[in-house]
Amino acid sequence: MDIATLPSLTPFLPELILGVGALVLLMVGVFSGARATSLVSTLAVLVIIAAGLALLFKTPDGETFNAAFVLDPFARFFKILALIGSGFAIVMSSSFIKREKFEHFEYPVLILLATLGMMLMISANDLISVYLGLELQSLALYVVAAINRDSEKSTEAGLKYFVLGALSSGMLLYGASLVYGFTDHTQFAGIATALAAGPISTGVVFGIVLFIAGIAFKVSAVPFHMWTPDVYEGAPTPVTAFFAAAPKAAAMAMFVRALVGPFGPAIGEWQQVVTFIAIASMVLGAFAAIGQTNIKRLMAYSSIGHMGFALVGLAAGNEAGVQGVLIYMATYLAMTLGSFAVILSMRRNGKMVETTADLAGMSRTHPVTAFIFAMLLFSLAGIPPLAGFFAKFYVFLAAIDAHLYALSVIGVLSSVVGAYYYLRLVKIMYFDEPVAAFEPMSGELRVVLGLSGAFVILFVLFAGQIGAVAGLAAKTFF
Amino acid sequence: MILQALFFYLFSAITVASALMVIGSRNPVHSVLFLILAFFNAAGLFLLLGAEFLAMLLVVVYVGAVAVLFLFVVMMLDVDFVELRQGFLQYLPVGGLVGLVFLVELLLAFSGWVFAPELVSQPVTPIPPLATMTNTAAIGQVLYTHYIFFFQIAGFVLLVAMIGAIVLTLRHKPNVKRQVIADQVHRSQIVEIHTVEPGKGI
Repeated sequence: MDIATLPSLTPFLPELILGVGALVLLMVGVFSGARATSLVSTLAVLVIIAAGLALLFKTPDGETFNAAFVLDPFARFFKILALIGSGFAIVMSSSFIKREKFEHFEYPVLILLATLGMMLMISANDLISVYLGLELQSLALYVVAAINRDSEKSTEAGLKYFVLGALSSGMLLYGASLVYGFTDHTQFAGIATALAAGPISTGVVFGIVLFIAGIAFKVSAVPFHMWTPDVYEGAPTPVTAFFAAAPKAAAMAMFVRALVGPFGPAIGEWQQVVTFIAIASMVLGAFAAIGQTNIKRLMAYSSIGHMGFALVGLAAGNEAGVQGVLIYMATYLAMTLGSFAVILSMRRNGKMVETTADLAGMSRTHPVTAFIFAMLLFSLAGIPPLAGFFAKFYVFLAAIDAHLYALSVIGVLSSVVGAYYYLRLVKIMYFDEPVAAFEPMSGELRVVLGLSGAFVILFVLFAGQIGAVAGLAAKTFF
Repeated sequence: MILQALFFYLFSAITVASALMVIGSRNPVHSVLFLILAFFNAAGLFLLLGAEFLAMLLVVVYVGAVAVLFLFVVMMLDVDFVELRQGFLQYLPVGGLVGLVFLVELLLAFSGWVFAPELVSQPVTPIPPLATMTNTAAIGQVLYTHYIFFFQIAGFVLLVAMIGAIVLTLRHKPNVKRQVIADQVHRSQIVEIHTVEPGKGI
């Protein structure tokens, strides 16, 4: 019997840092009690920064653990997005933690563990690692959604998310088992060869469709979006900010890697499914958001719509399309984090307010914040020359390249409809009579808002470089 | 061979019968007990297949943990199962229809399913044949080497579940007296201890 060689751990270094960091912080929290929340949050941000630095400078590309885990330029791009999303989510929650007496030191630890799950999902190169990464991320998210356990809404959000999430995990597993049964491989490379070798059997198509249904739930694409508005509304606002950013990026990364990588040879089978999901999400996101008065629900529908736009790039299934998805997710992350920085600062008389009417006259009470928020909303609507426009431009260009004309036309039309409710928010801020001013914005929210505003406005200057980086990452598959 | 077949039919008949009793019996405690019987017989079926590891796992995990948990839930929560079942008939037509459609679709999809000839003649054996090694040993050989990554991540998933259970349910109520062992131990230095001879008193 031979002794197994130790797998190479260097491509796994950032995950190792996150995992060990989470365990250490758990101990720190347990031994210093509930008052340690701020300390643990700070340390958690440091752990994320360390993981990010390790990812950028210390980890070579490569496969490890018998090709169950892969680090390539694509994974690196998305991992950086996930780390940024999680890191800022923790930073943005720090004043909320202080003001709302939200003393659960487990919160930053769970975010770290969720981030670990996301990193594993992004790097998953095997059906089993896909599932384990996804489950690690989702379980942490279920708990975080319900973490404000004395609030009925938060509990409902957690329970709803858990039940529907478990169902979608079941579908994903069923799909994965069918794929394994028909291709005889769980590893992505093996599945790709098996599918490329011969006619694609019905069983595999069943498997792929169920797999897509499972992931579509995680990116909250129609028709698996039902949970999104309720969970966004019910969860505490910093948690919602976290949900809207990093997990979406990670799930989208897994979506792209699975479909373009192992299921790439079956593009004829999944292209129409993804096209349908993209169209349905864009249209529902545009129309359902119109009637919303709660800004968190509005952001939920907005995120459904944006996932639809990102999926347009995936439906194209070519290199330009994947590049489009990468750029889209990067800009979406920046816009979402900035918008939630504003939403988190909506406090009046010591309480969070969250209706759109509360924004009235913000241009006079908080001119700078209102200006940046307006820019973010214009960008979300896709108005040039802001970042959101370029993101949409790249995905639609790819769709036209792939001759998906109907998809592109419907996409552009629904983005026009969607512009209505973003512009309505701008109108409320600039032309309605002001109500009382909000409490002053805390320092870290200002920083996040400033950074995301700068990204959105200055994107046009760096569009070429960002496009080049995304293009390099997209080359991984082609 | 005939003995194996006899045991197969014995185990499977009891499994099916007790599974029916699980949903059929009025008393939820009986349901759980029948569930345990079903698990035990399924474990017997695994044993017949030569998968002794799975059989033991089924007994340990499902009977030892899951079924006992069910029993706790049934006995400690006052759930009126008759009331819970009231909607059953109401949803039966729609639910049954959806199930039927899915079943027909699956049948249509898989009716044309043929095994590749080489698969039938030469079954894929990722593990060494039974004659050379028991499958417990075979799993032991790969679990901590080839599959160490999956094993560790599964550990993390369980850790998250544990943290979650504690975060969502543990409450530190005020005015609850808890046993503090350090205080009790410390007390021996404050309180004097006398040895009292019988019948004399201090």
